[in-house]
Amino acid sequence: MSALRRLGRVGASVLALAIALIWVFPVYWMINSSFLPNTKLTASSPTFLPFGGSLTNFKLVLSQGNFGAALKMSLFITLITVFCTLLFAFLAALAISRYRFKGRKSFVLAVLFIQMLPAEGLFLAQYSMIRSMNLLNTVMGVSIIYIAAVVPFTVWMLRGFVAGIPADLEEAAMVDGLSRTGAFFRITFPLLAPGLVASGVYAFLQAWNEFTVALVLLQGETKTLPLWLRGFIQQSSQHEIDWGQVMAASTLVAVPVIVFFVLVQGRMTSGLVAGAVKG
Amino acid sequence: MKTKTPARDAGRVDAGRVGAGRGPGRGGPGRRGFAWTPYVLIAPAVAILALALAYPVGWQLVTSFKEFGLAQQFGQPAEFNGLDNYIKIVTTGETWMVVVRSVVFCLVNAFLTVAIGTGLATLMNTIAKPIRLTLQICLLLAWAMPVVAVMTVWNWLFDWNHGTINWFAIQLGADQYWHHNWLEKPLSFYAVATIIIVWMSVPFVAFSVYAGLTQVSGEVLEAAQIDGANGWQRFTRIVVPLIRPVLMIVLLLQIIWDLRVFTQIRMLQDRGSFPSQTDLLGTYIYREGVGANHFGMAAAMSVFVLIITIIAAWPYVRSLMKQEAI
Repeated sequence: MSALRRLGRVGASVLALAIALIWVFPVYWMINSSFLPNTKLTASSPTFLPFGGSLTNFKLVLSQGNFGAALKMSLFITLITVFCTLLFAFLAALAISRYRFKGRKSFVLAVLFIQMLPAEGLFLAQYSMIRSMNLLNTVMGVSIIYIAAVVPFTVWMLRGFVAGIPADLEEAAMVDGLSRTGAFFRITFPLLAPGLVASGVYAFLQAWNEFTVALVLLQGETKTLPLWLRGFIQQSSQHEIDWGQVMAASTLVAVPVIVFFVLVQGRMTSGLVAGAVKG
Repeated sequence: MKTKTPARDAGRVDAGRVGAGRGPGRGGPGRRGFAWTPYVLIAPAVAILALALAYPVGWQLVTSFKEFGLAQQFGQPAEFNGLDNYIKIVTTGETWMVVVRSVVFCLVNAFLTVAIGTGLATLMNTIAKPIRLTLQICLLLAWAMPVVAVMTVWNWLFDWNHGTINWFAIQLGADQYWHHNWLEKPLSFYAVATIIIVWMSVPFVAFSVYAGLTQVSGEVLEAAQIDGANGWQRFTRIVVPLIRPVLMIVLLLQIIWDLRVFTQIRMLQDRGSFPSQTDLLGTYIYREGVGANHFGMAAAMSVFVLIITIIAAWPYVRSLMKQEAI
């Protein structure tokens, strides 16, 4: 029995490692290919290690010029989205966790539902609206839609953080002579910092990665990074694709995202299913 | 976490409690009447949601009852045609196929993802810590990839000419996969899309379910084992019922998310398959609405997507409201 058990254990471990390999392979393959010249990538058998690789692909991609424009576009949109989202969502979170008011429950309900609405069911109407506002192909147009898309979940996430800080703390500080605003900024705000950082990174990731709305609203030469990256496999459908360059471009877009994501992943997941796990 | 103070009149919960006996500085005449503060606080959020979501949804509802044809492209105002667009969705072969394909695709993907994710979570629960960490890091890396990067990598892996998948298939002895184009036939196209979507969605499910599994007490399982329950019985009779809430929620979220697979489908179509044969709801609305200006039909399809989403989201939202005692 014990020998059989040990065999089962070893089997489970081997299986787990095989699955780990399958899941990480595409990520590894992207980075690996980004260092290899096209001659190696189109050889009859694949090169599994980037020995003899170089940064040539990255240099070629970066020297194409439109990377800088796309980066700037993405940065502007993302910064505006993160800033406005944090501000709006923070105020709203404060309202729903520290005040009881008429319409509060409906507001929370609306926030939760809106958070679920897919861009696929909305982009047509948003396109028509942004077009009539003459904001197609502008940072402003995309940002408006992004802020509205990210605010609901951020409100929900920040609500948890604000509710976690006892209001008594603030009151104690007020008894000791601080004003209400003073108490808020000296006591509550610093405690909220982790929540704000997590929400900010969430907003960053959403705006940075978004594809659908950007595709619909930016139809000219102005592109965000995801559209720019898509251009690589699209424009080349006529002739042979230089996969090394595509993977270099892909790596450039993905690496900052992976770093940020790994940093805040725990917070975001617990926000989504917290209720269920606590049961 | 829970603020269970019973709702008072409008106004700050604790201000009512503490402030009452503390002089006029807090409870001035303005506060006694109507407490504006919470409304001022939610105003910016409400404003942006009304502008960018509520107004478009309203426009969409109205437009879905209108006829947009060639004349409207030359500036004629569109006329109402009642339920015509909705009837057309159901009766036109092409649109109805898109709806059916999308729903089937969504359900298959959601169930596959939850099944595989639950399997991985169970596996994580049985293996030694270093191996578990390795698996978790690998899953996390896959999860962190931006969707556009995911699509470029998988396009490269499935490339008909130099793709690694074809090379692997040939190494395994399946020579017919030399220069095989996976994206040419609709069924194979959807299989590739399913592989990619499951790959990118499983980590979320695995981590969520694993978090649920760690809450299942070992004593209960031990007791069951002593009573003679085998591994499978312990899993189906004890573990699954205990983690049911988590499973339900990830399944619902997955259904909602898999209905919105625009980027994945669009970027697989980029590599030269026929959109008319491979469209799902998102890409169809894009082609019809933004591409061809058939706003009426596309709006009706969008409304359809929203309705399915709201139906699927309802139990999830209700459970969140209940758990957090809102």
